[in-house]
Amino acid sequence: MLQQKIAGLALAAAALGALAMPAAAQTVKIGFIDTYSGPFAQAGDELDKGVKLYIKEHEKDLPPGVKIELVTRDDTGPNPDVAKRVAQELITRDHVQLLAGEIASPNAAAIAPLTAEAKIPFVIMNAAGVNIPRISPYVVRVSFTLWQISLPMGQWAAKNGFKKAYVAVSDFIPGHDAEAAFTKGFTDNGGEIIGTTRIPLSQLDFTPILQRIKDAKPQAVFIFVPAGKYATAVMKAWADLGLKDAGIQLVTTQDVMLDEELPNMGDIPLGIVSAGNYSSAATRPQNKAFLSAWNQAYTEKAIPDMFSVGGWDGMAAIFDMIKATKGKFTPDEAMNFFKTWKNPESPRGPIAIDPETRDIIQNIYLRRVEKVDGRLANVEFETIPQVKDPWKELNPPK
Amino acid sequence: MSNTFAAFVSIGFHGLAFAMVLYLISVGLSVTMGMMGFVNLAHGVFAMLGGYVLTSLMSRMGVPFGLALIAAFLATALGSLILERLLYRRLYGGDELDQVLLTMGLIFMSVAAATYVWGPLQQPMHPPRWLSGQLDFGFRSFPGYRSFLILCGAGLVIGLWLGLERTRFGMKVRAAVDNLRMAQSVGINTSRLFALTFALGSGLAGLGGALGADLLAINPSYALDNLVYFLIVVAVGGLGSIRGPFIAAVLIGIADTGFKYLLPELGAFFIYALTMALLLWRPRGLFGRA
Repeated sequence: MLQQKIAGLALAAAALGALAMPAAAQTVKIGFIDTYSGPFAQAGDELDKGVKLYIKEHEKDLPPGVKIELVTRDDTGPNPDVAKRVAQELITRDHVQLLAGEIASPNAAAIAPLTAEAKIPFVIMNAAGVNIPRISPYVVRVSFTLWQISLPMGQWAAKNGFKKAYVAVSDFIPGHDAEAAFTKGFTDNGGEIIGTTRIPLSQLDFTPILQRIKDAKPQAVFIFVPAGKYATAVMKAWADLGLKDAGIQLVTTQDVMLDEELPNMGDIPLGIVSAGNYSSAATRPQNKAFLSAWNQAYTEKAIPDMFSVGGWDGMAAIFDMIKATKGKFTPDEAMNFFKTWKNPESPRGPIAIDPETRDIIQNIYLRRVEKVDGRLANVEFETIPQVKDPWKELNPPK
Repeated sequence: MSNTFAAFVSIGFHGLAFAMVLYLISVGLSVTMGMMGFVNLAHGVFAMLGGYVLTSLMSRMGVPFGLALIAAFLATALGSLILERLLYRRLYGGDELDQVLLTMGLIFMSVAAATYVWGPLQQPMHPPRWLSGQLDFGFRSFPGYRSFLILCGAGLVIGLWLGLERTRFGMKVRAAVDNLRMAQSVGINTSRLFALTFALGSGLAGLGGALGADLLAINPSYALDNLVYFLIVVAVGGLGSIRGPFIAAVLIGIADTGFKYLLPELGAFFIYALTMALLLWRPRGLFGRA
């Protein structure tokens, strides 16, 4: 209790300090919180690469005399305590003017209240928990929500000949979002859900549950688990149990079909359909340009994915704001800029921030795993233009 | 009706594969606990070591699966022998709390050491090509690697039982478990016997960890994450028993798989309920001695 009070006082003092003292000379300090250790370090690395690449490519475009300083912190994974502590330190000790980054939703949800107290704009570059922007008016998000992606997946499955589906998701908030959204999209279009399972996050052996799905004989199964070791374990059990040969279509989100994981999966994923906001195999000229900058900066081996593009676009929003204000802005001026920010030139297609929800409006793509130049890739075959987060439309603020 | 049957077969099959891994890892723990009265919570460290040896040899050096398995067994047996001579031996017959503290400390050191050497990520286990995919048994098909796991586990279990029943070494082990003082007075070198049994039990755990790397994923906190499973098998089976842990492993393996299959939302809750019920009914385990 006492500690919280002291922290609150410190924050209040910092907020006062920030108000009293105009933004320091012409250096914009950005607190960048990312995951560099623990099981999500791979995702954190992709995000980091996207952010650093944007800065490297565009630093010269900043207004004369304006510089940015990135203060980087590791939140060590889905670890709200650590995330909150580093955010507090960035605000009170380093006096950052903006916060950015964040892979895991629980962390972003823990940081959001601080941004409201201290009036620090927070550009979320990945964390997809659907209600996070509602926690604080200083949160803006450039990534996606699971509703935005899973609802179109359900609609597509029902409209393309699949009548009976099974749903299996990880038992945590993003999993519940994905389950509800897919189920709505699928049943609203005439599909029937024949079984739903929530898998505890502590369980890494997916064989029993995939065996159960195989025994239930659905036409399609929708699976959502976090990217990384969970997704790898699902694909392993998927292959071991031969669900594809049993005639079951896997539909999923981009988390399970990460572009940079595909090369490690052999031929197993061929034909799997997923919904997502970015595939590195996209043939848009903006993506081609992004890829060529990426391949120049990093080796051919590194493949950008949704995390990298989240970092890239988040930095684009911040740079545009700095350019528009010449590096001198109050928190509210920054937020007003972000709320109407648009970028027709993103590698993932045209994007815009919805002023009402401070969440992103973007194209959602349906992709199928195919072989392109001897390498597996998520090939986009259908575009659902300019999707708003459906959850916020279904659940207006009270 | 056929759906119920399919579910039944699925649970039995996957449960048995899990049971084999549990048994191979836990049997050594049961024997060392029964024989030396030593509470070795760090037993899972040996299983983890076996898993790391196998995955590193296979993925980094391209060693064939069979050779890597043998290496996993030998490396853990040897490693445990060194630890036994250096550390464990000093606390034989000592206070149980001291033993728990020592072995808990070893677990934490193993977490840090594994993170240092292999990093925080889970080690991928790729079974050889001839074992991956499906095996068609006519009426239905089963995953190849798990079928192999069941056969291989059964073979090892039979070998182990025959060895303990029919060889001179097995006779000495049984004698020492039954009555340590009497065994010593008829001239059995129990210190050497302890060391050998410890190494054999740990080697089996290493083998179990390696074979089961597919089910119990190899990562630095392995010994801590799975400690409860190993202890349950030993407690339910009964200390010092060879067969007890087998029955317990089959029971736990099938029950755990069954609940993961039918009611995954409840996680591992039922395993603990089952364990409590069994222990209330038989406090010394199914085959424990009074």
